[in-house]
Amino acid sequence: MRRIRLILFVSAAVLTLTLYIVEVRFARADVPDTTTTAQGLRAWEQVYSVLTHPRCINCHTATDYPQQGDDRRRHVANVVRGGAEGKGVPGLNCAGCHQESNADSTGVPGGHNWHLAPLSMRWQDINDRPLSSAAVCRAVTDRSKNHNLDGPALLKHHEEEALVKWAWNPGRRPDGTMRTLPPITHEQFVAATRQWVEAGTPCPAGR
Amino acid sequence: MPTYQLNINGERREVTVDSSTPLLWVLREDLKMTGTKFGCGISACGACTVHLAGIATRSCIVPISHVGDRPIVTIEGIGQDAVGRAVQDAWVEKDVVQCGYCQSGQIMAAVALLKHTPKPTEKNIEESMGGNICRCATYPRIREAIKSAAAQIK
Repeated sequence: MRRIRLILFVSAAVLTLTLYIVEVRFARADVPDTTTTAQGLRAWEQVYSVLTHPRCINCHTATDYPQQGDDRRRHVANVVRGGAEGKGVPGLNCAGCHQESNADSTGVPGGHNWHLAPLSMRWQDINDRPLSSAAVCRAVTDRSKNHNLDGPALLKHHEEEALVKWAWNPGRRPDGTMRTLPPITHEQFVAATRQWVEAGTPCPAGR
Repeated sequence: MPTYQLNINGERREVTVDSSTPLLWVLREDLKMTGTKFGCGISACGACTVHLAGIATRSCIVPISHVGDRPIVTIEGIGQDAVGRAVQDAWVEKDVVQCGYCQSGQIMAAVALLKHTPKPTEKNIEESMGGNICRCATYPRIREAIKSAAAQIK
């Protein structure tokens, strides 16, 4: 009798352990960790605050021209987007003014490969109003629109891309004052992006 | 002050100037190459356009320290190649110039356009020349001259 009880006890224990393991694995595979998702969404809002700052969004337009300044006015000299590369046109190429680095003595910003973001990465509407957090998030995470960047590649882009980093070293305006910076540091921006990526790049609901 | 070795119109030139000096001032004041004009000084009018490594560049806002070893072509040297010569000939043929102040910049922009797009459309011309302002409003003749030059370029 004692032997039967022992066998029943061990069998129950094994069954319980098996069910626990299956449940935990199932939960990890298919059920989002709500805490992590919430943290990821909060991190995304920090990322969004940078993406919609004038230093970034001025070249993520929906129109045929870039913008400039904190008031996001149309770029001087009738500059236009040009072809798919967004580098302007032959007589008005971005590189015709924007050199490899900032020209603080003349107030012209510069950085490697200065160009407009592609239209698929527009973060504002045709009336120059920033898109919602949800809409920008959907665009940024859509690999058919973002040069096929997955989460880790987006993190690398935010961490290393020269024009992204330029936003925190934008140089001086023609009047000698410093251009404004995004609301958080580059380190905080990268940390927020990492947290968002680790949470699975969640996007807010809504339009 | 630092000394810079420049390649201008195929010739080596040396200047000793403050690193923040715009290329335009080096051309005009130090090298006495006054064909390139000062217009607005803020890259808004195109009068100061030169070619820097083949790119139409606003020389008024490019500090000399940013030029490096890239070749510079100015209005004084643009007639050395076939496209530049065709554009200059077309400018004469169509009698484009009125006061003439902006025209060196107009020609430099037109050459940049035709080197990249030998047979430009109206839109190509409008967009590429859109940053070069002419106080005399010679725009119709500029367009005709560009088309004429395009027809001459093989």
